[in-house]
Amino acid sequence: MKYLYIVAAIALIISFIKDKNKTFKGIKKGLLKFKKILPKYLMLLVIISIVLLLSEDFIIKYLSKGNILIGTISSVIIGSITMMPGFIAYPLSGVLLERGVSYIIIGGFVTSLMLVGVVTYPIEKEYFGKKATILRNIFGFIIAIGIAIGIGIFYGEVL
Amino acid sequence: MKKRIKEYLVFFIFIAFVGISFLINLNLGQKMGKNFYIFAKDMVLILPPAFILIGLFDVWVSRETIEKSFGNKSGLMKYIYAIGLAATTVGGTFVAFPVANALYHKGAEYDSIVTYVTAASLFMIPMSIMEASILGIKFTALRLGLSIPLIIISANILKYVFNKENYSLPKVE
Repeated sequence: MKYLYIVAAIALIISFIKDKNKTFKGIKKGLLKFKKILPKYLMLLVIISIVLLLSEDFIIKYLSKGNILIGTISSVIIGSITMMPGFIAYPLSGVLLERGVSYIIIGGFVTSLMLVGVVTYPIEKEYFGKKATILRNIFGFIIAIGIAIGIGIFYGEVL
Repeated sequence: MKKRIKEYLVFFIFIAFVGISFLINLNLGQKMGKNFYIFAKDMVLILPPAFILIGLFDVWVSRETIEKSFGNKSGLMKYIYAIGLAATTVGGTFVAFPVANALYHKGAEYDSIVTYVTAASLFMIPMSIMEASILGIKFTALRLGLSIPLIIISANILKYVFNKENYSLPKVE
């Protein structure tokens, strides 16, 4: 994150030296975009805060039992509708692994968590439009299943 | 003005609910508040500099540059650029969506921006390091290795669909 500030600062300085007016125009443009999308981001934060109530215990309990096929499908579905930062998701995956959950299920969960954003829909829609957002997420879902299966094959859990 | 207040309404209700929960010790609301804080902290820090960079990008970078690196003439290199940009995008998809939109309006092709956004959610460097330390390097290597071809194939299918329908992304000013 520090590096984002360094890059932004360097970009601003160079831009300012090259053309003062253009720099102000750029900053204004950026902040205007930010102002416009801000309520959507806040809304998203509210949704995530509620979705995260679907607690870790529930996920651990749900993914720890059942067979590989059902487990993989539910892991991809749970991963798609939830959203959590990596510093929560990975320790959680570590717990799953300790409980003997297969890599294919963990792979499905982790990948769909990042790749499919049901809750980020309001933001993505603003920048991609409805149709592209829906299609992209459907493909994300398929990719997540593909990656999970690939991981399962390499760990010798399927086939 | 009225419309602006309406846009923030849900947020204000949420904050009020969380505030009251802390006053009367309601567990559910307190939990929500903590979850909110976890995400809000990062977003508040990341989004303003990210959007300033997007603004500067808008005024400085020419259409030709983007067409050359992310457009049709770029060939396979555009995927390398897109994945490279994704790996260095701080903030994951939250930042990648507006960046992708800006790239598109400067002449980037659909497959480049879909590759970029998808890769931005999968290839975060600090997260991948954490992943490897908990789940093992083999797991991380597999996940990343398997995703590259899948991302590029799906980006091309989506490009085909969008171009066929003359789809265009919304213009965000």
